[in-house]
Amino acid sequence: MAATLAQKIWADHIVREHTGEPDLIYIDLHLIHEVTSPQAFDGLRLSNRKVRRPDLTIATEDHNVPTLNIDRPIADPVSKLQVDTLRKNCAEFGVRLHSLGDVEQGIVHVVGPQLGITQPGMTIVCGDSHTSTHGAFGALAFGIGTSEVEHVLATQTLPLVRPKTMAINVEGTLKPGVTSKDIILAIIAKIGTGGGQGYVLEYRGSAIRALSMESRMTVCNMSIEAGARAGLIAPDETTFAYLKDKPHAPKGADWDAALAYWKTLKSDDDAKFDVEINLNADDLAPFVTWGTNPGQGLPLSANVPNPAEITDPEERGAAERALTYMGLTAGTPLKNIKVDTIFLGSCTNGRIEDLRSAADILKGKHISKEVRMLVVPGSARVRLQAESEGLDKVFIDAGAEWRTAGCSMCLGMNPDQLAPEERSASTSNRNFEGRQGKGGRTHLVSPLVAAATAIRGTLSSPADL
Amino acid sequence: MDKFVTHVGTALPLRRSNVDTDQIIPAVYLKRVTKNGFEDGLFAAWRNDPEFVLNKPQYAGATVLVAGVDFGTGSSREHAVWALQNYGFKAVLSSRFADIFRGNSQKAGLLTVVLPQESIEAIWSAIEADPKLSVTVDLEAKNVRYSDVVVPFEIDDYTRWRLMEGLDDIGLTLKNIDEVTAFEGKRASFKPKTLPALS
Repeated sequence: MAATLAQKIWADHIVREHTGEPDLIYIDLHLIHEVTSPQAFDGLRLSNRKVRRPDLTIATEDHNVPTLNIDRPIADPVSKLQVDTLRKNCAEFGVRLHSLGDVEQGIVHVVGPQLGITQPGMTIVCGDSHTSTHGAFGALAFGIGTSEVEHVLATQTLPLVRPKTMAINVEGTLKPGVTSKDIILAIIAKIGTGGGQGYVLEYRGSAIRALSMESRMTVCNMSIEAGARAGLIAPDETTFAYLKDKPHAPKGADWDAALAYWKTLKSDDDAKFDVEINLNADDLAPFVTWGTNPGQGLPLSANVPNPAEITDPEERGAAERALTYMGLTAGTPLKNIKVDTIFLGSCTNGRIEDLRSAADILKGKHISKEVRMLVVPGSARVRLQAESEGLDKVFIDAGAEWRTAGCSMCLGMNPDQLAPEERSASTSNRNFEGRQGKGGRTHLVSPLVAAATAIRGTLSSPADL
Repeated sequence: MDKFVTHVGTALPLRRSNVDTDQIIPAVYLKRVTKNGFEDGLFAAWRNDPEFVLNKPQYAGATVLVAGVDFGTGSSREHAVWALQNYGFKAVLSSRFADIFRGNSQKAGLLTVVLPQESIEAIWSAIEADPKLSVTVDLEAKNVRYSDVVVPFEIDDYTRWRLMEGLDDIGLTLKNIDEVTAFEGKRASFKPKTLPALS
């Protein structure tokens, strides 16, 4: 029977299938970080259980870690305790850990792909909703809670209900200055924050095929912002070329066997999706969010919407609350909005291509005197690569701060936070109230828009320079 | 996990949609390494406002949260479920929940009930008219009852059985661990391993 890619990967991982029960699904890779794992390890200890497959498990420190002075002890004692707890747990249970200061440390979703342990056709989980990032390789990857983290640690499986599938077809060619971040923000604005609920999204079409692996990761990363636990893209030559020679990529005969399998990983031509959505890449423009959920976004050339013109009462109320929180007036051109802080980083846009594209805009220029800009590489390796290309110098010369790797201001668990009413243009994934610091106001943008905004001090695209 | 069969309590009307997990518990409260003590962080930012519904004395002691559509969007933090439980909530009613939040709640024993939006609106009106209104959430009968109103809800039989018996999912899987071992024997040799570390 014709199957979608998600259905094929699912079928390949069913350990147990029984009427009236969820399917028991095998997990190929379990990624761990300090925030959502301590209670899971405690659970193992209480039940006298072991980690079943330490060799399919890897941990890194990312959410809490400072991005300055990492050679000193973590100043916040509660953050320090959480990081120390991860170190203790990994040592006790035999889990590989990349600690702060280690060259492989970084945001868990940046580390997996750069090590080559994220591969097509795998099932990948992590106690973090942006695990959907790994779907860019044609892996079924999704975020789980701490109870499920414990379940995977103990059994390397999860009981799961089969998801529905949604095809998102993006055909056409992106205009210069338009990026994969704009594609995904436009998709979320179109289907809403609950539109993907219960589905695995498969991104398809010529505009998706044309994207680099890193750009594909940006798209899949934000699937969760559309309510979908997972989003994926069928692997192709771009995927295989990216993986070849990565440290944990298959070698020799294993590579040939893997490649033969990976090439089967695509939705059949006559496969039926539960829902199909179409988007024309030619029509897309740089996007920015104006509200407090990622679905509240518009092209940068638009004005702040007027809630009175929204017919749905639920959406109207949400828009009114969002404008109050964001300190915005209906009708204001989005490009007139002045920002205080630029954040370039996160598992959405903290990879080398993101830094390169922003540095391209900033080269030889200076950021506005009115703003501060934090550049936070997604991993220690990304930072090293950027430095080898001289990008650090471009950022520093432009007046930005060059930091060390971590989640940083994406969620403000470390000292990198917005002050109340401070406004950011951020390349991260969530503009929720208080996400980047209590009372902080977030506009989600691409790295190109972040760089242009840093120079002008108001929301801008490179075309405005 | 505690068994959930039927719960009777008063309810709190949270007339907001898209209540994301950063609102339920902001990230700065996630640093604890235990499963308790998270009640302080519950709706922390909104609680600064004296007019926020959780601060209203007439709803003190409510154990059923009645929320707008798309409750629990955003992060995978199970801390959001623990914060609600630590505060005293036993059940949440909404017309739509985010997938990960709902999964987490079902693992941790917080009952999430999906009702049509018009039923949510009706319950909001009823509890605003009488904050001490008794609301029954009956998992066995699969309905929510108040005054003389009975609203049925759907939940899959497996989850219902597990919640009613208070069963530990890991224990259930370990009963079939031989099937996991058999599956592992058939896995392709090219699948990556994290150990030994390569770089």
